[in-house]
Amino acid sequence: MDLLLQQTVNAFALGGTYALLALGLAVVFSIMGLINFAHGELMTIAGYTLMYCGIAGVSFMLAVPLAIAMAMIAAVLMERIAFRPVRNSSGATMLVTSFAVSMILQVLFQNLISTRSQAVILPAILSQSVTIGGLVIGVNKIAAIVATIVMLIFLDIFMKRQKTGIAMRAAAEDFNIARLMGIRANTVIAGAFALSGMLAGVAAVLWVSQRSSVDPHMGFLPVVKAFIAAILGGLGSLRGAVAGGFLLGFIEIYLAAFLPPGLQEFRDPIGLSIVVAILLFRPNGLIPAASLKSEKV
Amino acid sequence: MASLLSVQSLAVSYGPIEAVRGVDFDIQKGEIVAFLGANGAGKSSTLNALVGLVPVASGTVSFKGEDITDWAPENLAPAGLTLSPEGRRVFGALSVAENLRMGAFSIKDKVALEAAWERVYTLFPILHERRDQFAGTLSGGQQQMLAVGRALMSNPSLLLLDEPSLGLAPKIVGQIFDLIALLRDQGVTLALVEQNVSMALEIADRGYVLASGKIVASGPAAELARSEALKSAYLGGE
Repeated sequence: MDLLLQQTVNAFALGGTYALLALGLAVVFSIMGLINFAHGELMTIAGYTLMYCGIAGVSFMLAVPLAIAMAMIAAVLMERIAFRPVRNSSGATMLVTSFAVSMILQVLFQNLISTRSQAVILPAILSQSVTIGGLVIGVNKIAAIVATIVMLIFLDIFMKRQKTGIAMRAAAEDFNIARLMGIRANTVIAGAFALSGMLAGVAAVLWVSQRSSVDPHMGFLPVVKAFIAAILGGLGSLRGAVAGGFLLGFIEIYLAAFLPPGLQEFRDPIGLSIVVAILLFRPNGLIPAASLKSEKV
Repeated sequence: MASLLSVQSLAVSYGPIEAVRGVDFDIQKGEIVAFLGANGAGKSSTLNALVGLVPVASGTVSFKGEDITDWAPENLAPAGLTLSPEGRRVFGALSVAENLRMGAFSIKDKVALEAAWERVYTLFPILHERRDQFAGTLSGGQQQMLAVGRALMSNPSLLLLDEPSLGLAPKIVGQIFDLIALLRDQGVTLALVEQNVSMALEIADRGYVLASGKIVASGPAAELARSEALKSAYLGGE
C-alpha cells in the first residue's frame, strides 16, 4: 500500500511534467497545425540557462525565472525566424522545418557548449526528502507537483479570463473567423509560442531538478513522450494534453514499479502497447479537440 | 455621393476553377443589397473575397474610399467591415459571452464596448439569457443570432450576411428578416446573400443576380423580382 502511494506521488510528478510539455505542443498545434519537435530544444535552452546561472553564482530563485524567460524568448524567435515563412504550408512542411530547427540547435549546443553532459548546480534542498504520513517524498517531486498545479491554474485563468487567452481558444477552433473578428494572426501565434516556451521552461526546470545535468539532446526524449501524451489526450486539445500527460506518467511509473523483474526490459513496449490500445478505442484521444468535433457537425 | 463599398472587376479563383469572373458592383450607405443566384454562382466567394477570407485574383475593392483589396482579414473589422459567415461558424467551445467578446476584439474604448454589449443583448435577449452556455449547445436559430450578434459587436458600418436563413425554421427565418430591417433602421448598411429569394427581394433596396461567376442582372429589388434573368439564373440558363 505504501509502495502504491509512493509510486502515485512519483507518477504525479512525472505525469505533471509530461502534461506541461504536452500542453506546450498542444497550444501551438491547436492554432497553427504545427507539431513543434524543436519544443525539446526550448527545454535544453532553459537547462543551459540554469547551468550558466549556477556557474555565475546567480541564486536559484533568480535562475528559474531567467531560464523560463530564455525559453520563452527562444520560442518567439523560433516562430519569427523559422515557422512564420512556412506558416501557410502543409503540416508536413512545418513538421520537417521543426526537425531542422531541432537539429540545428542541437549542433549549436554541441559546438558552442559541449557534446558532453554538464552538471547543473542545484540548491541542496531539492535533493532532500520529507516524510509525510510514513511516505518519504523527495522535495523535487513535491516541487514538480506544486509547479504543475500552479501552471495549470495559471493557464486556466489565462485561457478563460484574458482577452488574449480567449482569442487563442477562438483561433484554435476557427482561425479564419477569428481573424475576421480583428484578432491578429501574428499576435495569436506569437502568443502561443511564448506560452509554449513558458511551459517548456517550467518543464525543463523540473526535468533538470531530477537529473542535475544538461546535455545537447536533453529535450529529445521528453518531447517524444509529450508528443505521445498529446496524441493520447487528443491532439490540439488542451485538456486532453493534461489528461494524456498524467496518464502516460502513471503508465510509465506503475509499469516500472509493478511489472515483474523478468518483464522490466519490455517496459517501454508494454507502455506503448497500452497507449495504442487506448487509441484503438478512442481514435481521437481521451478528450478530442473542439475543432475536430465541429468539423463533424 | 461616393459609395460605401465599390468593387471593380473582382475575380476569385480556386486553383484552375474561376468562381468569380470579373464582377462590378457598389453599395451605398444605408442600403440593403441582396446577392442572388443558384448554388455555385459565386455569391459566397464574392463576400469572402471582400473580407479577405479568400484571395482576390484580380480587381479592386474599395471601402470608404480606401483600397482594401489586399488587406488582411484582421484589419477589416476595425475599419468597419465584417461578415457573418455562411454556416454561422460560431466558436462552439466558447461561451456565448466569449463569442461576443471576440466579436468586439477590435474595440478598445470601454464606453463603446459597453454600448456594443447593450445593443446586442437588447436585440437578442436570448443571448443574454444563455451568455454562459457553450455556443455549440445552442439551437440553429440561436447560433445564427449569435453569429449576427458577434458581427455586430464590432460596430460595423457595413455588415455582410452570408445565408443568414440557411437551415432555419420558417418562423425563425421571419425573425432574422425582421432583424435585418431593424439593423437598417439603426443605420447599418447590409449586403445579403440569400437563397430565400422572395424574402430577400422584399427587404432589399437593390439586388445583383449572379450566374457562373458573373453578374447577369441588377437593379431595384422590385424590378428584379419580375425579371426573366432572375428566373433563368436559378433554372440554370446563362
